[in-house]
Amino acid sequence: MLRFLVRRTLGAAAVLLLISAFTFFLFFSIPQDPALLACGKNCTADAVALIHRNLGLDDPVPLQYAAFMTGIVTGREFAAGPCPAPCFGYSFANDRPVFETLADRFPTTASLTVGGAVVFLAVGLGAGMIAAARRGTATDKVVSSVSLVLSSMQIYFLGPVVLGVLVYGTGLLPSPSYVPLTEDPAGWFTGLLIPWCVMAVIFTANYTRMARSTLIEQLQEDHVRTARAKGMPGRTVFFRYAWRGSLIPIVTIFGMDLGSLFGGAMITEFTFGLAGLGRLAVDSVIDIDLPMIMGVMLFSSALILLCNIVVDAAYALIDPRVRLDAGSSA
Amino acid sequence: MEGDTTARADLGAAGRGAGRGEPLLRVEGLAKHFPVMAGFPVRRRVGAVRAVDGVDLTVHAGEVFGLVGESGCGKSTTGRMIARLTEPTAGTITYRGLDITRLGRRRLRPVRSEIQMVFQDPYSSLNPRQTVGTIVGGPMEVNGIDPPGGRGRRVRELLETVGLSPDHVNRFPHEFSGGQRQRIGIARALALNPRLIVADEPVSALDVSVQAQVVNLLREVQRDLGVAFVFIAHDLAVVRHFSQRVAVMYLGRIVEVGDRDSVYSRPRHPYTHALLSAVPEPVARDGAGPGPDGEGGGGSVRERIRLAGDVPSPADPPSGCRFRTRCWKARERCAAETPPLVRLEGDAEGHLTACHFPEEPTTAARGGDVVLDPAPTTEPHPGTSP
Amino acid sequence: MNAPAGAAGTPEPFLSVRDLRVRFSTEDGTVHAVDGLSFGLERGRTLGVVGESGSGKSVTALALMGLHDRRTASVTGEVLLDGHELTGAPEKKLERLRGNRVAMVFQDPLTALSPYHTVGRQIAEPFVRHTGASRRQGRLRAVEMLGRVGIPQPARRVDDYPHQFSGGMRQRVVIAMALVCNPSLLIADEPTTALDVTVQAQILDLLGDLRQEFGSAVVLITHDLGVVAGTADDVLVMYAGRAVERGPVREVLRDPQHPYTRGLLDSVPRLSSDPEEPLVPIPGAPPSLLVPHPADGSRAPDGGGPLRGCPFLPRCAFSGRVEGGDRCRTERPVLPAGRGAACHLTERQRRTAFAEEARPRPGRP
Repeated sequence: MLRFLVRRTLGAAAVLLLISAFTFFLFFSIPQDPALLACGKNCTADAVALIHRNLGLDDPVPLQYAAFMTGIVTGREFAAGPCPAPCFGYSFANDRPVFETLADRFPTTASLTVGGAVVFLAVGLGAGMIAAARRGTATDKVVSSVSLVLSSMQIYFLGPVVLGVLVYGTGLLPSPSYVPLTEDPAGWFTGLLIPWCVMAVIFTANYTRMARSTLIEQLQEDHVRTARAKGMPGRTVFFRYAWRGSLIPIVTIFGMDLGSLFGGAMITEFTFGLAGLGRLAVDSVIDIDLPMIMGVMLFSSALILLCNIVVDAAYALIDPRVRLDAGSSA
Repeated sequence: MEGDTTARADLGAAGRGAGRGEPLLRVEGLAKHFPVMAGFPVRRRVGAVRAVDGVDLTVHAGEVFGLVGESGCGKSTTGRMIARLTEPTAGTITYRGLDITRLGRRRLRPVRSEIQMVFQDPYSSLNPRQTVGTIVGGPMEVNGIDPPGGRGRRVRELLETVGLSPDHVNRFPHEFSGGQRQRIGIARALALNPRLIVADEPVSALDVSVQAQVVNLLREVQRDLGVAFVFIAHDLAVVRHFSQRVAVMYLGRIVEVGDRDSVYSRPRHPYTHALLSAVPEPVARDGAGPGPDGEGGGGSVRERIRLAGDVPSPADPPSGCRFRTRCWKARERCAAETPPLVRLEGDAEGHLTACHFPEEPTTAARGGDVVLDPAPTTEPHPGTSP
Repeated sequence: MNAPAGAAGTPEPFLSVRDLRVRFSTEDGTVHAVDGLSFGLERGRTLGVVGESGSGKSVTALALMGLHDRRTASVTGEVLLDGHELTGAPEKKLERLRGNRVAMVFQDPLTALSPYHTVGRQIAEPFVRHTGASRRQGRLRAVEMLGRVGIPQPARRVDDYPHQFSGGMRQRVVIAMALVCNPSLLIADEPTTALDVTVQAQILDLLGDLRQEFGSAVVLITHDLGVVAGTADDVLVMYAGRAVERGPVREVLRDPQHPYTRGLLDSVPRLSSDPEEPLVPIPGAPPSLLVPHPADGSRAPDGGGPLRGCPFLPRCAFSGRVEGGDRCRTERPVLPAGRGAACHLTERQRRTAFAEEARPRPGRP
């Protein structure tokens, strides 16, 4: 297991390196001087030159890249002040260390994604289970068709509609906002409830359909039949045997969805005006704010890669065949 | 095109020059090792599954060569290598005097049409979207062969040969039963007038009553058309009914080979003895009744041997004689020395056995049953930890 | 010993099946997989149920266990196990019997075991459930059972997962799991078909030994007459969802009465027969058991099965000798109680017919 984790971490580091290099060099291929932006109004040629020097923009691009990457590990000194590791530099746009901004914005996105995932996993898988357990009945048909309708929804359509009805129309819920969980748990919950549900609606349908189909498949497996032949009650058979077997495909899909989950969170942030990483990403691109772009990019990639490692490790927990094979083939 | 003609010329010359003594197919030292990959950052070979590990055999024109063994013994892989569907790791395959082991695609073409394959599963080896006519006529089309009277007529002839109605050309595989599908597979194999058919468990997916139909059909094909067969099966009784010569494989090697009657009635290798004694025969037993104690009595008393455990993993085969871990006669020498496949004293010509301590050549019951304890040294399967 | 199961004089056999019918409704129509099956089985005896694919033998096994999906299968008739009626019994009652009084061994030990749980847990599970033992006791029992089915080092292997065992060892685990509660009826559905011949011999020996040790009645379902020859006391030959012949195993193998049984025995290649002789297959293929829905969209009438007369008629070489015109086509032959065959041929007609056509010419479909 340890070997597996080390291997996957090294792999993730390599991916991050590739992503960073790609983004960095792509940035310098656009014909727009970032110093002009950092300089603001009343900019003189001298000021631009100064900024160029301060930010090291005159150096060859590979050298800048190397400096940037070492900075992440060791920290860097800038004219504006020291930037401790992990240093993604100072934002061109607001002159704050990029990492500070990231750390500010991260809780919003994390709350949004984790909360949304909890909602859609609970609702989606639950509905899927019910449909599978009662396959062929009216319940199954209703669940299946509702999930089909929902799966064709889009956040940017559904979001405003829900807002209009629940917030501005009836005033049942407060307008979506982010309050740190540590400060006001109730406010955190009510503020994010609408975004969670809207996000969940989009993803739920997939999980309902998937849970239903894999469970029905599993219920026909020989070992499930064996469990029934042993006299295990239906509930035990369902959860201990069929459900256990369905976890692998569900976890797989969840792992693949992680990327779109972050993407979905970004769209959701935009739809509901929440200041998270998604907002930050969009703003940084508009501002041609290289350090911020790099920061958001690397930070979110690292998160997704981390989640993927967790998902893969989950396989080993679920399926002893994976666990033991990884042990012996090492 | 040029390569094509030269290859044909090669074959022709070989065929002419061969005369009577040269076998249709000669396989020497054939091996297939499937690599086991593992490691990081670069996955590398950490071992090999020795599916086939040094097989020698010859098949004469018009002869049926039976290859028997339990699952994992390498019989199917051997068959696939002979049909050049799997690349051998080592060894040579000589077909009508021509070394076809490493022959490229183009030069292999004429050989391919002469060596055909029939597969086990009549359900998955036929394309469900093609009509029977397309399936059977396919090989002719691919090879650009226009038989006199046209392909359509040839297809109908072939269907008749295998006992199907020629009117079935436009039907799809799913409209046929398992036995009929296997007939379609045989018709397809016959389309190019092959000299050799590699049949890999062609009847093991079929019910007994239907299996007999297909075995009889194969016998007719062999006798009437003079096609040679490499007949791969795990069922010893079926192999006996169709083969003139038989090889018994165990863990990638041939342990005993010879004429059918010699191998079946005068087996020498302990494994052959065990296999033969394990075949359940639908014979009414007299005596005290069924069960282990009830056997015996009746007309022919067969010996009774119960092997311990299972076949070891081909990824880590035992040293020396591979059967020694399950053999009741194994001694130190068996671990140290690989027994060569040789003719033992008193055996018929061509009857070869790879054993240091061969059994007496009889299948009659011995003084006491050979019943080993159930697997005292079971080795876990590959890829498992403890 | 020779008394056939369920013969007259035995008031109530331990297992009694009467007029069992299993029908599956499909999109195309109704499949009459088992069509009026009756048999009995005494304690401690082994009944071999022999048939080819589609004969309904595995469907029968599942019906005995009450394992058919009630939404798609209709099971009617009577299955009496030691006085308990099983067909139509509430699920709760069946759950108490399954794995406890009645247990099952399946064909493929790899898929029959859950890959996610240790073999120890899977073996202990029914024991804990049915006897109310603690998990600790269950584990001890699992170790004991593993030892009894011949798995070396049971105390260590009890925590292994099924994929860490070889095929033969897995089937031993399945058998241990089936016998953990000392069931009085063991149903083995093709228990050795997925195994190699040398391993098959081991498992059949083991089943024989355990049957004597546990005293269970065994229903052994197989397509292999050879397996039955070495293992069963009595045989029930099934064809097209019906029982066509029954009797003590020796009598059926030596002196088959039904043309199908005879054909089956003739078509088996044997180590002892002349290999130069062609095999004698049964021409043709078994009939379809599907009754299509009537064209007007209404359901097929529930009454009769797909075949009015004898299901073997199209493949039978002897039907011409039956007196009374086309009885084979119109009248369903009845399987008499005890030793006998469901065939319209009289005893004498059969003897002469079988003798005259000692080896019917191999025909083609």
